[in-house]
Amino acid sequence: MENIDLTPLLPVLEKYSPQGQTALLPALQDAQEIYGYVPEQAAIEISKGLRVPLAEIHGVLEFYSLLYNKPVGKTVVHVCTDPACAMAGAESLLKVMNRKLEFHVEKGERLPSITVEKAPCLGLCEHAPALMVQGKPVAPGTSDTWEDIVAGKTHLARPSISGDIAILTAGCNQGKPTELAGYIKMNGYAALQKALQMTPQSVIAEVKASGLVGRGGAAFPTGVKWEGAANTPMEPKYVVCNADEAEPGTFKDRIMMENMPHRILEGIIIAAYAIGANKGYMYIRGEYLVPYQVMNHAVEEARQAGYLGKNILGSGFDFDLELRRGAGAYVCGEETALFESIEGKRGFPRVKPPFPTTHGLFGKPTVINNVETLCNVPFILLEGASGYRKIGTEKSPGPKLFCLSGDVEKPGLYEVPFGVTFRHLLEDLAGGVRHGKKMKAALFGGAAGAFAIEKDLDVRLTFEDLRSAGLPLGSGVITVFDETRDMKDICLRLAHFFADESCGKCFPCQIGTQRQYEILQRVMQGDTLPGDMERLRDIGQTMTDSSICGLGQTAGLAIASATRLWPELFQPQ
Amino acid sequence: MADKITLTIDNQPVTVAPGTTILKAAEQIGVKIPTICYHDYCTANGLCRICVVEVEGSRTLVPACIGKVSEGMKVQTHTERVETSRRTILEMLASSVDLSEAPDIQEYIVEYHADTARFPEAEERQPSVIDDNPMFIRDYAKCILCWRCVQVCADDAQYTYAINFTGRGYETQIGTFFNKSLPETTCVFCGQCVGVCPTGALKPKREWLLQNGFSQNEIMELTRSQRKQHTRREVPVANKVEQE
Ligand SMILES: Cc1cc2nc3c(=O)[nH]c(=O)nc-3n(C[C@H](O)[C@H](O)[C@H](O)COP(=O)(O)O)c2cc1C
Ligand code: SF4
Ligand code: SF4
Ligand code: FES
Ligand code: FES
Repeated sequence: MENIDLTPLLPVLEKYSPQGQTALLPALQDAQEIYGYVPEQAAIEISKGLRVPLAEIHGVLEFYSLLYNKPVGKTVVHVCTDPACAMAGAESLLKVMNRKLEFHVEKGERLPSITVEKAPCLGLCEHAPALMVQGKPVAPGTSDTWEDIVAGKTHLARPSISGDIAILTAGCNQGKPTELAGYIKMNGYAALQKALQMTPQSVIAEVKASGLVGRGGAAFPTGVKWEGAANTPMEPKYVVCNADEAEPGTFKDRIMMENMPHRILEGIIIAAYAIGANKGYMYIRGEYLVPYQVMNHAVEEARQAGYLGKNILGSGFDFDLELRRGAGAYVCGEETALFESIEGKRGFPRVKPPFPTTHGLFGKPTVINNVETLCNVPFILLEGASGYRKIGTEKSPGPKLFCLSGDVEKPGLYEVPFGVTFRHLLEDLAGGVRHGKKMKAALFGGAAGAFAIEKDLDVRLTFEDLRSAGLPLGSGVITVFDETRDMKDICLRLAHFFADESCGKCFPCQIGTQRQYEILQRVMQGDTLPGDMERLRDIGQTMTDSSICGLGQTAGLAIASATRLWPELFQPQ
Repeated sequence: MADKITLTIDNQPVTVAPGTTILKAAEQIGVKIPTICYHDYCTANGLCRICVVEVEGSRTLVPACIGKVSEGMKVQTHTERVETSRRTILEMLASSVDLSEAPDIQEYIVEYHADTARFPEAEERQPSVIDDNPMFIRDYAKCILCWRCVQVCADDAQYTYAINFTGRGYETQIGTFFNKSLPETTCVFCGQCVGVCPTGALKPKREWLLQNGFSQNEIMELTRSQRKQHTRREVPVANKVEQE
């Protein structure tokens, strides 16, 4: 066992010991902050302090890709190789990053100073090709040198935020976070004041009447969810904000957090008031260091100003929010896996039912909502359900954020009312396919989605229209591929993503994602075997029908849609 | 809540107590549903999904071992959709691990006409045998990740917490804290895990040595020296006895 100095760990242990296992991830993250990784001795101390069995700590360390139980370079570089970045040259970037290795000598040992890792989508798709250096987002230009990149010197262009309307994104174009004072100037926290004068029941009734449905992918009616938790006769109750955004191609929640943190907080506090929760958590994706810092600052401001804490705005209602950071696991965006993660465990999705509204975080009634969902809430309270319903369509009311990336002239975040066509979004707003090329396909809904083609250009972007077109809306991701793109390569990357991110709990997905990836590798190399199409079909059907969670249930969908659109690509040569 | 629930399974009506699983309800009327990970005395986690059935109105198939009955539920246990999942799961399992000592799974393979060579060029999980203690060996090339051992070692029986998981996804493996040898962990060698392992991945040392052609006397010799090492805990046993 290596000998390490445990003194810097003591304050960490002191801070987290009273919380027990739920503080396991924060404790391991702090230990890693100190030592660069989690040394065995540190893990033993954390085990004693938090009273978590050693083997379980091992299981947790092994589950999360951003936790290391072995020394890594002083600088860790993550290069995204998912579709949007791959098309922008991620593989050459990866080669460049790997070309040089730097070493330093520590205790007589020559250790690599830099660790370069391939990463799943970093939520920086509009800046493709993207990478992160020690958690700092970097989008290197062609003239940037290896040294500049490693030093994190290259700057990130401002994200493009536009659209037909600016309700959720109002004030988001300042190039910096809007602080509390600025938010209040734009009528911020007025919705909270209004809500606090209403009964919780009438807040829920308003949200129900607005027709708001979840923006995290499952499109569940938000008001119904709140009502379910409010009506469950068990205390305490929790509100959780899901900011684990990791669906390849999605970056909307990141942009909201970085620019308008208080709008999210306001939504969370109103949700808490509506269901009677005094404690909430916001689970922010591990890769999102900057958004975490912005949110952290906003929470401090809100506490100082009395929007969080005891007796909020003199209403007698108490609520506080704890920020948690993920540690590198896409599956933790799944609501029950996210609860497990907050509880200090491996991010294994739970079997449902029971559902979170009755058995959520710590087994208690919980409302979990996506960042964008919660951003709709202040507007609903201010304008009333009828005002809200003036936007969008009858069955899909409200504004919607779309993340456009890939081969478009202006990749970025677009806010539109539900009901505009895909063509409008792509051609009028995003400037069309890059370099005047034609579109071969667009992936709707991210890795868990399906491919649209030219005939779908005039589909209206609503839940109902997309459903009948056989396309998922998902969380509002659209990745565009021009006519020159090799769809086999795209499918291979999606298959790789799922094989990498499957938690391994249930057999269909644990093995299915791996076999699917192997077959796609053959397809890519031109070594397709007779029967591979049928193998893909059976794996896909089995994963969809029989997996525990949404990850496995959707892991074969995009590839299945590709086999229907371009069967010739999947036939033996 | 009603004190009885009536549903149909393969068109046969059956009446059971609320909270009963579909699996148990089916047993009552003699309908056989295959199970792999399920064990009467372990927490059911619904991992293998071999027990899936079709429930009218449900988007996905439902695992019978954990799916609870409800009034008026209509269950079909042998539809084409169900058979596709069961067969494919068996075929995928056969492509991943050594099932030669898993008799139940072998039977299902025959029953569901699963083609064990369905997935050519598949990466198998083939870690080497871990022989680090005198009581049992761990041959994870046979491990199907049913979690039973982890659970009996923890809250299902022993509260010892010696083993957990290494890696995730397809790379998952049962492992110990920083991959230490079992004698260096909290393991008390109660043998509960060996008792519940359905695939021969965990096996009494004696049985394993016999299978590998050792004689009774040789076995006595071998395990005696290891037992001694085990009692002297300060000697790190792992590296010395790890074979293969
Ligand atoms: C594999 C997987 C990943 C998910 N990732 C996210 C995510 O990053 N953010 C999110 O809000 N919801 C995600 N979800 C959906 C959540 O489970 C849940 O439905 C959502 O947070 C509910 O919030 P909403 O009703 O506001 O959409 C994911 C689901 C699955 C199956
Ligand atoms: S579907 Fe995949 S990610 Fe979800 S529980 Fe099963 S193995 Fe884990
Ligand atoms: S070792 Fe045996 S009991 Fe443990 S998970 Fe593997 S197959 Fe199941
Ligand atoms: S950051 Fe690379 S695809 Fe999203
Ligand atoms: S027996 Fe039901 S999931 Fe394994």
